[in-house]
Amino acid sequence: MTHQILLAVVTVIIGVGGCIAYFWLSNLVLDKTFPPRGSNAAQNLRRSGRIRPWLFMAPAIFFLGVYLVYPVFASIWLALSQGGEFSGLANFIWLFQDPKFHESLINNILWLLFVPTMATLVGLVAAQLTDSIKWGSIAKAFIFMPMAISFVGAAVIWKFIYEYRAEGLAQIGLLNAMTTSLGFEPTAWLTLPVVNTFFLMIIMVWMQAGFAMVLLSAALRGIPEETVEAAILDGASPWKVFWRIQVPQIYGTIAVVWTTITIMVLKIFDIVFAITNGQWGTQVLANMMYDWSFRAGDFNRGATVAIVIMVAVMPIMVWNIRNARRERD
Amino acid sequence: MDNIAGKRGRLTWALNIAVFLLVLLWTIPTLGLLVSSFRDADQLQASGWWTSLSPSVQSSAARTGPPATQTSGLDGYVLEGNVFGDASGEVVTFGTTPMMPDAFPAGETAPRNGGGTLVVNADGSYRMTSPTPFEAPDLVTGETAGEPLPDRGLRVFITSTEAPDFTTGNYGTVLNADGMAQSFLNTLTVAIPATIIPILVAAYAAYALAWMSFPGRALLVSAVVGLLVVPLQMSLIPLLQLHNAIGLGRGYIGVWLAHTGFGLPLAIYLLRNYMVGLPKEVIESARVDGATEFEIFRKIILPLSLPALAAFGIFQFLWTWNDLLVAKVFLGNSDTQMVMTGRIVELLGSRGNNWELLTAAAFVSMIVPLIVFFSMQKYFVRGLLAGSVKGG
Repeated sequence: MTHQILLAVVTVIIGVGGCIAYFWLSNLVLDKTFPPRGSNAAQNLRRSGRIRPWLFMAPAIFFLGVYLVYPVFASIWLALSQGGEFSGLANFIWLFQDPKFHESLINNILWLLFVPTMATLVGLVAAQLTDSIKWGSIAKAFIFMPMAISFVGAAVIWKFIYEYRAEGLAQIGLLNAMTTSLGFEPTAWLTLPVVNTFFLMIIMVWMQAGFAMVLLSAALRGIPEETVEAAILDGASPWKVFWRIQVPQIYGTIAVVWTTITIMVLKIFDIVFAITNGQWGTQVLANMMYDWSFRAGDFNRGATVAIVIMVAVMPIMVWNIRNARRERD
Repeated sequence: MDNIAGKRGRLTWALNIAVFLLVLLWTIPTLGLLVSSFRDADQLQASGWWTSLSPSVQSSAARTGPPATQTSGLDGYVLEGNVFGDASGEVVTFGTTPMMPDAFPAGETAPRNGGGTLVVNADGSYRMTSPTPFEAPDLVTGETAGEPLPDRGLRVFITSTEAPDFTTGNYGTVLNADGMAQSFLNTLTVAIPATIIPILVAAYAAYALAWMSFPGRALLVSAVVGLLVVPLQMSLIPLLQLHNAIGLGRGYIGVWLAHTGFGLPLAIYLLRNYMVGLPKEVIESARVDGATEFEIFRKIILPLSLPALAAFGIFQFLWTWNDLLVAKVFLGNSDTQMVMTGRIVELLGSRGNNWELLTAAAFVSMIVPLIVFFSMQKYFVRGLLAGSVKGG
C-alpha cells in the first residue's frame, strides 16, 4: 500500500515536473536560438513568435491527436475489417440484422426522447421555483447534488428503491413498499420489458436535472426585467409570463442544456451495465459495444457499434462548431 | 389590495411547498442509502429503511437450551430460559411450528404436539414442558443424518419487535473484507494525477489559442470544440491496442494518459474561453516591458485564471473519481488495481442481496465527491456556466 502511494506521488512529481521542465526548457532553447536582442532582434523576434505557439501547444496536440483523433480512424478501419483483412461493410450488415442491435437502437431512441426532455423540463421548473423563494440556493444545492455522485453509486441507490421481494415478505424497496401499501401486488420492476428502461431513465433524469436547473436559472436571471414587468402590468398570469415571455428568451440556453444531456445519454453505459447489464430488453448501444469488445473479445464488431454512436453524435458536433464560430466572428 | 396580498401569500406558500416536495423527492433516494448503510443486516432485511427508527417486527426461530439443562418437576420435564439469549426484545406472538409463528399471543399457554406445553412471555422468557424427558433433535441432513446433536435445543418460533439497531460494522466489513479500502486508494491513485496533468497541458495550449496569433488558430479552436463530443467508446479499442503494442499494457500510467487525453478538449475549451476575457491591456503592457511569453503566462495569466483552473479541476476530479469505463478498460481488474466503481459493480453481482454492504460501499465511494461538491460548489457552478452558456 505504501508502495502504491509512493508510485502515485512520484508520478505526479514526474508528470508535473516533466511538463514544467518541457515548457521551460523549450522556451529557453528558443530564446537562446533566436535572442530577442542584437542586430537581428526584430527578425529573431518574428521567428520565435512563429514557433512559440506550437511549443505551447505541442503536448496538447499530441494528446488530442493520439487519444481522440487517431482512434476515430483506427475504429473506422476496425469496423471495415475482420481479422486484420478488409471486409467491406460485412460488420455493418451483420450489425443491422442483429436483433440485439435493433433493441439497443430503440432503447437509445427512447433514452434520447425521454431523458433530455424530462431533465430540461424539471430543471426549468426547478429553476423558476427556487429563484422565487428565500431558501432557493439551499434547495438548489440538494437538487444539484446527484451530479457529484457516480453513475455506479446512483445505480446502487436506485436498485435499492426498485428492490423486489416475493409477496408476503416485507418489501424493503421503496417503490414496492408504496405499491403494496396501495393494495397492488409486488412487482419485479427491473425485469418488466419497456417499463424497466423507463426506470433506468429516471435515474439519469434524477442526476441531470440539477445541471439543467443551474444553467437555466442563470439564463432566467439574465432576462431583462422590463419584459417581465411589462407583461405583468398588462395583466398576464404568472403561468403565461413564464411560458410566453421568459422561456422564449432563453431558447439558446435550453438548446445547450438539451444537447449536452443528449450527448451524455447517447453514451449511457454505467447505469445499464451496473443494474441490468442489458438483460430483459434494456440493452443500449454503449453497453453492446462493451459486450462485444471486452466480453466477446471481438474488437471489429465492437468498433462497428462505436461508429454508430459516433455517427449519431455528428450532427451535434457540427452544430456546436458552427455556433462557436458564429460567436467568435 | 388585501385581496392581492392574500393571493400573493397563498402563492408564496404554494411555492415553498412545491420546492420542499421537489427537494424531498431528490434527496430521499440518497437518504435511504445513507440510513441503510448504518442498519443492522437482519433489521434491514426485515423492514424498510423508512421504519428504521421504530422497533422492527420480525419472525424468527429461537432455540431452547440443550436437553441437558432440563429439570423435572410436578408438571413433567421442564426447559426454561430466554429466547433472546443475551440480546433484548419483545415477543409479540409465538408458535410451536414454523408455519404458525403467530398462533399464540405472548404469555398464553400453548399445547405442544405429543403432549406438554409451551409458554413464551413478552420479555422472552419461556417455559417448555413435556411428559417425557426431552431428547436432543436429530440431525436431518448431511452424512451424519439421524445422529442426535446433544448441544442443540428445540426450536421455538416467535414474532418479536426489536429496538432499532444501528451499527458502523457494515463499513468495517466492506472496507476490509470486501476490499473497498484498497479500492479507495486505487481510485485516489487514478484520480489525482489524472486531474493535475491535463490542467497543466491545457493551460499552455489555452494561452496560445487565446493570446498568440498564428496561422491555423481558428481551425484548432474549432477542432477542440468538435472533439468535445467525440464518444469515449470510439477510443477504447484502438487505444488499448496501442498501449499493448508499445508495451504499456494495462496499468496506472495508461489510465492517467487516457484520462488526460479525454479531459483535454473540455479543459482547453474552458480555459481558453476564460483567458480570452482577461484584460488585454495587462498582457500588452507586459509585452511592451519586454516580458517573454513564458513569463507572461507564468506571472500574469496563470494567477488570473485560477477560478477557471479550479472549475475544471473539480470537473475532472469528479469525472475521474466516478469513472467506471476508462478504468475497466485501461486498468487491470486485479485486487491492487480495481477502482471503487468497479468493485461496487462486482459486489452488485456477488452480494446482490446484502444491501447493508452495498449501501455502505456506495457511500464510501460517494463521500469524497460529495465533500468536494459541497465545499467548492461556487467554482463548480461557475465552471458549468463558462463551459456551456458561452458555447450557445
